Amino acid sequence: MLEIKNLHARIAEDGTEIIRGLNLTVKAGEVAAIMGPNGSGKSTLSYILSGREDYEVTEGDILYNGESILELDASERAAKGIFLAFQYPVEIPGVATMQFLKVAMNEQRKYRGEDELTTPEFMRRVKEAAAELKIAPEMLRRPLNVGFSGGEKKRAEILQMSLLQPKLCVLDETDSGLDIDALKIVADGVNALRSPDRAVVVITHYQRLLDYIVPDTVHVLYKGQVIKSGDKTLAHELEANGYADIIEAAA
Amino acid sequence: MNMQQAIKMTAAETALVDAYTAQIGDLPGDGSVFSVRDTLVHELKTAGLPTRRVESWHYTDLRTLLRAVPAADPTAFADRVDALVPGSTVLSVRNGQTDIKGNLPDGVTVRSYVDSLLDGSAAAGLAVLGFDDAIGRINGGLVRGGLEIDVAADAALEDPLEIQLVQSLGQAHTRFPVSFGAGATATVIERHLSTNDAESFVSSVSDVTLAEGADVIWIVLQQQGAADTHLGQIRFDLGKNAKLHLFVINAGGKLVRQEIHGKTSGEGADFKLRGINLLGGESHTDVTFTLGHNVPHTTSTEIIRNVVFDRAKGVFQGKILVAKDAQKTDAKMACNTLLLSDDADLSAKPELEIFADDVQCGHGATVADIDHTQLFYLMARGVPENKARAMLVNAFVAEIVEELEDDEALVEALEDVISTWLDKHA
Repeated sequence: MLEIKNLHARIAEDGTEIIRGLNLTVKAGEVAAIMGPNGSGKSTLSYILSGREDYEVTEGDILYNGESILELDASERAAKGIFLAFQYPVEIPGVATMQFLKVAMNEQRKYRGEDELTTPEFMRRVKEAAAELKIAPEMLRRPLNVGFSGGEKKRAEILQMSLLQPKLCVLDETDSGLDIDALKIVADGVNALRSPDRAVVVITHYQRLLDYIVPDTVHVLYKGQVIKSGDKTLAHELEANGYADIIEAAA
Repeated sequence: MNMQQAIKMTAAETALVDAYTAQIGDLPGDGSVFSVRDTLVHELKTAGLPTRRVESWHYTDLRTLLRAVPAADPTAFADRVDALVPGSTVLSVRNGQTDIKGNLPDGVTVRSYVDSLLDGSAAAGLAVLGFDDAIGRINGGLVRGGLEIDVAADAALEDPLEIQLVQSLGQAHTRFPVSFGAGATATVIERHLSTNDAESFVSSVSDVTLAEGADVIWIVLQQQGAADTHLGQIRFDLGKNAKLHLFVINAGGKLVRQEIHGKTSGEGADFKLRGINLLGGESHTDVTFTLGHNVPHTTSTEIIRNVVFDRAKGVFQGKILVAKDAQKTDAKMACNTLLLSDDADLSAKPELEIFADDVQCGHGATVADIDHTQLFYLMARGVPENKARAMLVNAFVAEIVEELEDDEALVEALEDVISTWLDKHA
C-alpha cells in the first residue's frame, strides 16, 4: 500500500536535510510502528506523507497503491485516503467543528465522484462516531479544536479519522499528552479501524501506546533513515535497552 | 497674493458648492438652519476638502481621492428592499427622501428630520465637531432628509429597527438624531445599500444618545455600489451604565470613510466597537474612531478585522482619550488585518492619550497572511486549497459576528452578507 524508496527531503526554507535515504514498505492490513529518538525525522516523515509544503523531496519516491503521490497536494492525498492524525491538532477559531467535518467529508466525496451526504445522514454518522469515542455533543458545537483539552483534541482527530474512513492512517505521537483512560479510548478507536484493506503507521516515542495498538512491524528511525526493522518484540527491546545499542550497531 | 486666492477649487469641491447653490430654494430649513448651512458651505469653499496635511485625513486625502461628485437628481427612483432580518421594523430612506409609513413598535416615535430643519430645531445639531470635520460640513450644508427617532424609557424592542438607506444614483445627505430613554433596549440596523452600478455620493450622520442604563446594539452595514462614495459618521454619548455595542461592516463602495466619535458621560458606561472591513478591487475604505472616556469607571473594547484583496486600501485610525478624572478606565483596542494580495494595503494608527493615572489601556495591531499551519490542517482533511483559504478568511471575521450570538437571525444575516461578499471577491 505504501512504498517509500530512497527518500531524501529537506526543509524548503533553509535547505536542512531531514530525511536521508529512507526506505519503508507497509502492506495493506498492516500496522507499522515507527520509533526513534527526538530529531530522527519522525514528524517530518508524517508531514511529507501528507503533503505539507514546508518540505521538499529532493530524491526518491513515495508510492501509494503503486502510484507516486509527490505531485499531489495535501487535499488530493487526503481525498485518495491518506490521513494524518496531528501531534498538535490546529485550533481554528471561527470555523465550527460540525461545519468543518461536513465540508471535509463532502469535499473528499466530491473528489472521488461520490454524492454529497445529506444533512440527516451526516448528523447520524457524526453522532454515532462521537458516542464511540465518548465525545460530548457540546464539544462539537465549539470552534474547531478551540478550548479543547489535549485529550479532547486527540479524540477529535480519531473522530475525523473514523468519519473520513481513510485507507492509510498516519498517527503522529497520538499518545502524547494523554492520560491512560484517554489513551485506551483513542487506541480502541484506532483498533476499530484495523482492516485487511487499511494500513496504519503509528509514530511514537514510547512503547506504551503499542501495548494498546499492537503493531505487526516496528521500524527504528535515526537521522532520517530506517536503521532497523523487526516485529513487536523490537519495541520491547527498545523500551528495555534504549536506542544506543541499535544506533551503534547500525553505525 | 492671499491664501484664499491660492486655493483653486477641485472639480469635486466645485460640484459640492454648486449643489448647494443650485438647491438653495429647495433645501429645507428656517433662517437659523440656513445661517449654519451658509457658514459650512463657505468653509468648504475657502478651506476646500481635507488633504493629507490635515492629520485626521492623512491616510485619506479626500481632496485628491474624490475626483468628481455626481449631480443631485431629485427624480431618481430607488425601490425598497427586504429587511436584512425578517420581522424588522423598516424605516425607509430612498435617495435621501424619507417616508414614514407602517406601524411602529410601542415606545418608538419617529419624526421627519425635514420638519426639524423647517422649524429650526435642527440648527444646533448641524455644527461641525471640529475644523477637520469634513463629513459634518458637507452633510450639514446639504442635508435634506433623515429621521428623528425617540425610543422611550424602558421600551424593550423585540425586533430590530432597520433604517434602510437605498441609493440609486446622484446624491443623498441624511441625518438621524436618535435618543434612547433610560433602560431602553433595542437593536438598530443602519443599512446603506445601492441598487445599481451608477455613481452615487452619500453622506449620512447619526447622532445617538443613550440615557442611563440603555442597552443598544447598533449596526452600520455599508453595501454601496462599486462606484460610490460613502461618507458616514456616527456620534454617540453614553449615560450612566449605558451599553452600546456598535458593529460596523463595510462591504462595498469605492471611496468610503466611516467616522465614529463618542464619549462616555456617565459612570459605568460600556462601549464595544466591532468592525469588519471587506475590501477589494480598487476601493479605499477608512474607519476613523475617537472615544473620550470622560468620567471614571467606564469601559470599552474595540476589535477591527480587515480583509484586503486586490489593490484595495484600508485605513483604521483609533484614538482613545482618557480624561484626567476618568480613573479606572478600562480600554482595549485591537486591529487585525489579513492582507491577501501583494498590492493590498492597510494603514493602522491606534493611539492612546491618557491623562488619568489609574487606568488599564492597551492597543495592538497585527497584519498577516493566511496562517499556513491552519491551511495545511484543512487541506490535510481533503479541503481543496481555494476552499480552505475561503474558510479561513471567513473564520477570521466570523469570530467577531459570533459575539452577537443572542440574536441568531441577525448573526445568520450578517454571515450571509460576509460569505456572499467573499464568494464574489475571493
